[in-house]
Amino acid sequence: MSDKKHYKLTVNGQAVDVLAEPRELLIYTLREQLNITGPHIGCETSHCGACTVTIDGKSVKSCTMFVAQADGKDITTIEGLGSPDGLHPLQEAFKEHHGLQCGYCTPGMITRASKLLEENPNPTEEEIRFGMAGNICRCTGYQNIVKSIKAAAAEMNAAKEAAE
Amino acid sequence: MIPAAFEYHRPSDMSGVLAILQEHGDDARVMAGGHSLIPMMKLRMAEVPHLIDLQDVGGLSGIMVGDTITIGAMTTQADIIDNDALAAAAPIMREAALQIADPQVRYMGTVGGNVANGDPGNDMPGLMQCLDASFTVVGPDGERSIPARDFYEAAYMTAREDDEVLTAVSFAKPAGGYAYEKQKRKIGDYATAAAAVQIVKDGGTCVSAAIAMTNLSDTPVYSQAASAALVGTSVDEAAVKAAVAAMLGDIDPVEDNRGPVAFKRHVAGVILARAIERAWSRA
Ligand SMILES: Cc1cc2nc3c(=O)[nH]c(=O)nc-3n(C[C@H](O)[C@H](O)[C@H](O)COP(=O)(O)OP(=O)(O)OC[C@H]3O[C@@H](n4cnc5c(N)ncnc54)[C@H](O)[C@@H]3O)c2cc1C
Ligand code: FES
Ligand code: FES
Repeated sequence: MSDKKHYKLTVNGQAVDVLAEPRELLIYTLREQLNITGPHIGCETSHCGACTVTIDGKSVKSCTMFVAQADGKDITTIEGLGSPDGLHPLQEAFKEHHGLQCGYCTPGMITRASKLLEENPNPTEEEIRFGMAGNICRCTGYQNIVKSIKAAAAEMNAAKEAAE
Repeated sequence: MIPAAFEYHRPSDMSGVLAILQEHGDDARVMAGGHSLIPMMKLRMAEVPHLIDLQDVGGLSGIMVGDTITIGAMTTQADIIDNDALAAAAPIMREAALQIADPQVRYMGTVGGNVANGDPGNDMPGLMQCLDASFTVVGPDGERSIPARDFYEAAYMTAREDDEVLTAVSFAKPAGGYAYEKQKRKIGDYATAAAAVQIVKDGGTCVSAAIAMTNLSDTPVYSQAASAALVGTSVDEAAVKAAVAAMLGDIDPVEDNRGPVAFKRHVAGVILARAIERAWSRA
């Protein structure tokens, strides 16, 4: 009754076709079928945010979506934000400001932060903490994550101004 | 975590949804944002052989603000927070939505899913009872409207029939002061206790009040007695005490990982007193 089906996704700008059972959680499709291993599985119970990706402009925990729901959707993961030779300002800021220790939460953190800064390019510390509340980090104590996001926001705003 | 296998349906209109519900009966269930249902399916506490995703069904989302406020079932908590007209007309909606779950969950979780779920931990049912909302459901025999205050029968048991789909919630534009106060252990947790309060003031006197409590019984609790205890008073300390005492007579919390009964009753009293004071200060 639950045969595999073809699903069409756009992942980091690339159209892909995957064959999966509808019940497959999107995080597994990304990690195991598409080898996109940036988004992590921290809890698998919708709490930690390590699996966060952006889907049609929303931050979503990809452990809490079936691949069938994602059919036809546009998905961005940490791999779509920057590359080793062209880091996203958030990646650069996390590196500079010690926004990570073990790094396990970082892809989810940065992917969520990218959406937060899109919605609110100049957040206060309180707004950052509230907007990042769906992502858990067991290492940093959050202080440096907040600092990194603030620094990235300043950097991105300066770059925007310079371009205008 | 792998849920039991299911057949996935994504119909594009309500007649398609109703046809699948008719065909498969108890084996079929609708899914909105999936952020209550998928966790239950992953734990295999819910098995849904035919899963009907509502995301492509037209006409189920959107917020209409007038003397009556209508919110489509598929409207997300994030949509509620973002809607300035709604926040101006019924500010308790934004105040409550901001206290639900976390940002990621709020992009997916819908009003319809939250009120239809029947989980006593959900925040919207109590809120809807405070606002005296009604729920529109559609089924094989057409549409009907069910008052939120009559909707909840027991945990996960509601007045909605299995072959009916909730399409919207609506309520009269609320008057007066408001507050949604919630005690939780951490972000993303359900309430240990939460209170929704609307109060109307005339001169220095309370002329009407509505009070509903969350996660303190197997259903949300609209406390008529607590509301009545405020009416005709100046909402002084004695009146707040009387309302809290009346509310405590209506709730029936059970011990769980959020604490023993005595603690929950204590928190319920603190939260309601705070909510009343804040609503009164805004009235
Ligand atoms: C980490 C986490 C924290 C959370 N914290 C909170 C919280 O603090 N407060 C809170 O209130 N909620 C909380 N939630 C739940 C969240 O708000 C859910 O999204 C919401 O309860 C259900 O909405 P949904 O759209 O996801 O519904 P779904 O999960 O899709 O559906 C829930 C149930 O309702 C039924 N249903 C859905 N839509 C309809 C409809 N239109 N007609 C008939 N039946 C329907 C489904 O069949 C299912 O039984 C949390 C969830 C998570 C994962
Ligand atoms: S793995 Fe998805 S929220 Fe933790
Ligand atoms: S850096 Fe280790 S969990 Fe965040």
